[in-house]
Amino acid sequence: MRRIKEKIIEKILLFSATSSILIVFFIIAFMFAEGWSAINLDFIFGLIWHPKTNEFGILPIIVSTIIVGVGAVLIALVIGIPCAIFLAEFAPNWVRNIIKPSVEMLVGIPSIVLGFFGLMLIVPFIRDNLGGRGECILAGWIILSIMTLPHVISISEDAIRAVPNSYREASLTLGATKWQTVRNITLPNAKSGILASLILGMGNAVGETMAVYMVIGNPNIPWIPTSILDSVRVLTSTIVMEYGYMEWGSPHQHALFAIGVVLFILVAIINLMARYAIKRGMIGR
Amino acid sequence: MQRNTIMAIVIVAIAIVAIGLIAWQLARPVGGELTIAGSTTVLPITQECARLYMEEVCPCTRISVSGGGSGTGIQQVGEGLIDIGAASRDLRSSELGQWPDLQPVAIGKDSVAIIVHPSNPIDDLTLEQISQIFAGDITNWIDFGGDDAPINLITREEGSGTRGIFEEKVMEPFGKEIAGEALVKTSNGEVRATIATDENSMAYLSLGYVDETVKAISIGGVEANVENVLSEDYPIVRTLWLITKGTPNTLAQSFIDFVLSDEGQQVVEDLGYIKVKVE
Repeated sequence: MRRIKEKIIEKILLFSATSSILIVFFIIAFMFAEGWSAINLDFIFGLIWHPKTNEFGILPIIVSTIIVGVGAVLIALVIGIPCAIFLAEFAPNWVRNIIKPSVEMLVGIPSIVLGFFGLMLIVPFIRDNLGGRGECILAGWIILSIMTLPHVISISEDAIRAVPNSYREASLTLGATKWQTVRNITLPNAKSGILASLILGMGNAVGETMAVYMVIGNPNIPWIPTSILDSVRVLTSTIVMEYGYMEWGSPHQHALFAIGVVLFILVAIINLMARYAIKRGMIGR
Repeated sequence: MQRNTIMAIVIVAIAIVAIGLIAWQLARPVGGELTIAGSTTVLPITQECARLYMEEVCPCTRISVSGGGSGTGIQQVGEGLIDIGAASRDLRSSELGQWPDLQPVAIGKDSVAIIVHPSNPIDDLTLEQISQIFAGDITNWIDFGGDDAPINLITREEGSGTRGIFEEKVMEPFGKEIAGEALVKTSNGEVRATIATDENSMAYLSLGYVDETVKAISIGGVEANVENVLSEDYPIVRTLWLITKGTPNTLAQSFIDFVLSDEGQQVVEDLGYIKVKVE
């Protein structure tokens, strides 16, 4: 009786596990089936995206996506890593109990709210003080860095905390100050985890849609940006802008699915890099 | 003993849920459901008409109305996913080829206004000047006696009905294309909000969406208002459609009749669109 129950539960768990894999599989298969026909060299390296004349070149969009993602992560790095070090190494418990939940609350802010904030405050600020249209790469960087910050901080903090205490104690007993210990012992040992947090943050930033769509401008025909005040399109915003009016079965539809495929591959590569970084760190220790 | 108690509770709970579901099904009104989707230009009309229809004609129906764009509306009604598709452009021959049994009904007319920020001193341009601005040939307000500031263009996305009529009536007659630098916004509301916050911007907007936060400029001396659209003095006009697949079912037909009734047409007019003449 008991054994049968065990078996049944096991089967149910197996079924759930396989169904989640199947769902992912079908989504990927569907995307590739719809988009694959549009992917070729002209698509990846073409400079003009103009659906009306059936010109589908996404190089400016890919370049913009990478610029926006990398810039956002660099800002998150400058703010996030010191914050993680402070939280893990220096902060007294009560300070940590205030900062940590506040940072985690950032995750809970819906992206549309952040986008709205960006559109109403950051965009006019840039337009009035720095010039240009306001809806630009810089605005995207600011909004996306806010979105990736909590991930970067919490993963980096975990990585720093995971460095064994004996390392720190050894350094401190040798007479090193706390900062010397952090710089020479803790950080080098947490390096791979911190790197992984940045790469994951990048994956996050590249896949983010709504907030970034609202603040980066999305020009009618995108070009490769030459200034951080240029308006750009990213992969996600191009899809979200145009799917509503595409004609089903048209080259435009296949091109939009192909953008989805490119985005998927880009994020998959970024995630693989993060896994590799984590794995290498584990072997190193 | 204990296990039996749990079993009993579970069975009772299931029974209650089941009875509840059956009762809900039985008690539910017989009016049926109607789904409408498509052009965001037609959306305010269908929304308001659906509300009035459910309130006055047949409280037992459930009408769900959503946007998605003309292309989506036509595609979904063609595939049979929704009952009525809304479109703010004429059916394309490719769409009629794919779904030959689509039946469009005209429910109103719409016009596109050329809008700028209320503080902008410009209030009249010719169609040709507008086409030059949107093509990126003229890029500074100073050329029209305004401030020395760049003209920040806003456009709608490729395939939008509003963009369609603008291109057809303003850009194509002069053989021009909308400039690549124009920023794309995906709804009338977004366009209006952007113009309202940027003094140097310019865009085109469904006439029904024009309010005091933006300024509609006149074209060749003809103001963008309902009278001028009806008399066709104003050059940019288009027709709004509700589309069914084949002969509409009773409920869909009754809803379309409602939109075409005096009350429905009043809604069309109140929202800033223009009535159709029903024979």
